[in-house]
Amino acid sequence: MLEASGLHCARQGRTLFRSLTFSVPAGERLRIAGANGSGKTSLLRILCGLLAPKEGEVRWKNTPIDSLKEEYSREIVYLGHAPAVKDDLTAAENLDIACRLAGFAAGANEALARLGVPADIPVRKLSQGQRRRAALARLAVSGQVPLWLLDEPYAALDVDAAKIVDTLIAGHAARGGAVIFTTHQETGAGASRVLELHA
Amino acid sequence: MLDAALCVVRRDLLLAWRRKSDVATALLFFVIVASLFPLGIGAEPNLLRGIAPGVIWVAALLSSMLSLARLFAADHADGTLEQMLLGASPLGVIAAAKTIAHWIISGLPLVLIAPLIAVQYDLPAALYPVLALSLLLGTPVLSLIGAIGAALTLGLRGGGILLSLLVLPLYVPVLILGAGSVEMASAGMGGEGQLLLLAALLVAACAFAPWAIAAALRISME
Repeated sequence: MLEASGLHCARQGRTLFRSLTFSVPAGERLRIAGANGSGKTSLLRILCGLLAPKEGEVRWKNTPIDSLKEEYSREIVYLGHAPAVKDDLTAAENLDIACRLAGFAAGANEALARLGVPADIPVRKLSQGQRRRAALARLAVSGQVPLWLLDEPYAALDVDAAKIVDTLIAGHAARGGAVIFTTHQETGAGASRVLELHA
Repeated sequence: MLDAALCVVRRDLLLAWRRKSDVATALLFFVIVASLFPLGIGAEPNLLRGIAPGVIWVAALLSSMLSLARLFAADHADGTLEQMLLGASPLGVIAAAKTIAHWIISGLPLVLIAPLIAVQYDLPAALYPVLALSLLLGTPVLSLIGAIGAALTLGLRGGGILLSLLVLPLYVPVLILGAGSVEMASAGMGGEGQLLLLAALLVAACAFAPWAIAAALRISME
C-alpha cells in the first residue's frame, strides 16, 4: 500500500536518516524503533505528508503522496504527540469534529464508551490518561481508514488502555489495514516488523 | 467540503462562547482606546468630530491586531491544526472558515459598537451608516490579511511583535479608504468611491488570502 524510497531527512543541519527505503503491505503492523532524537516522529510526519523529505518520495498505491494531497489525507489517520483535543470541548464534541474534518460521520458515544471516557464533560476536567484515551478514541471510529500512523500511542496509558490499543491495532491489521507506530518499549500486541532508526 | 467549513466555523464559535473573556477583551480594548483620545486631546467638539473617523479606524485596526495572535496559536499548541492540515478538505477552505469565525468573533462586534463610539465624538447621526458600512467592508479584509501574518509567524519566538510589524503596514490601504469614506461623507461629497474600493479589496482578499494562509500554514508546520 505505502512505499517509501530513498528518504533523506535532516533537521537543523543534522542528518537523521538517509536512503531509507521500505514498503508497507496491507495487514502490516510496522513498529518504528530508535533512541530519542533518531527521527521517529520526523519519519511519521514525512509519511503523512506534513513534512517534505530532503530527498526521496513516499508513494501511496504507486502514486506520490504530493500529487494526491487530500485524497491521501482521507486514507490515513495520524495521531501525533499532541493529543489534538480541545480542552474546552467535551470528548464527544472533539471526536465528532475530528471525524467531520476527516470526511466521515461516526458514532462518537459508542467509541468513547469503549475506551471508558466520559463523553459529556469538557476535556479540561479529565485526567491526563483520560485525555489520551479521548485522543485514541479516533482509532475506534476509523476502522475503514486504511492506514494508521501513530506516534507513541502507548504513552501515558495504563495497562487496561494499552490493551485496548493493542486490540484496536491488531483488529485493524486483521481487517487488512496497515499500522505504522512508534514506541520506546516492546508492546504486547507486538509488531509484524520492526524498523530500527539509528541516529 | 462545505460541511467541513461549517464544522470549523461552528467549532470556533463554540470555543469562543466557552471562553467569552477572550472575545470581551478585544472589544473592550477597542472601546477604551477610542475613549482615550477625547480624554487626552480635550473636549473641543469640532476637533473631535474631525478626528473621529481616523481614531475609530485606528482603534479597530489595533483591536483586530490584538486578537490575531490567538487565531492559530491555540490550535497549533494542542495539535488540532495538524489534524486540519491532514483533513479531507483543501486547507484553503479550512483557512477561510477559520478566518470567517475570527471575523464574527472579533470584527463584527466592532461594526456593531462603532456607532456608540461615534456618539462620544459627536459625529452627525447621518454618518453612522457610512462608518458602520466602512467597518463592515473593512474589518473582514483586516482579518484575511492578518491571518496570513498569523500563519507565517506561527510558533516563532516573539511572534506577536513580528506579527504587528508584518501586518500593520499592509493594513494601511484599508485604513486610508475606511477613514476616508467617513471623512468624504462628512464633507458632503459622499463616501461611495472609497466604499466601493473597500468592497473591491474585500473581494480580492476573499479570493486570494485563503490560499496564501494555507501556504503559510504549511510552511510554518514543517
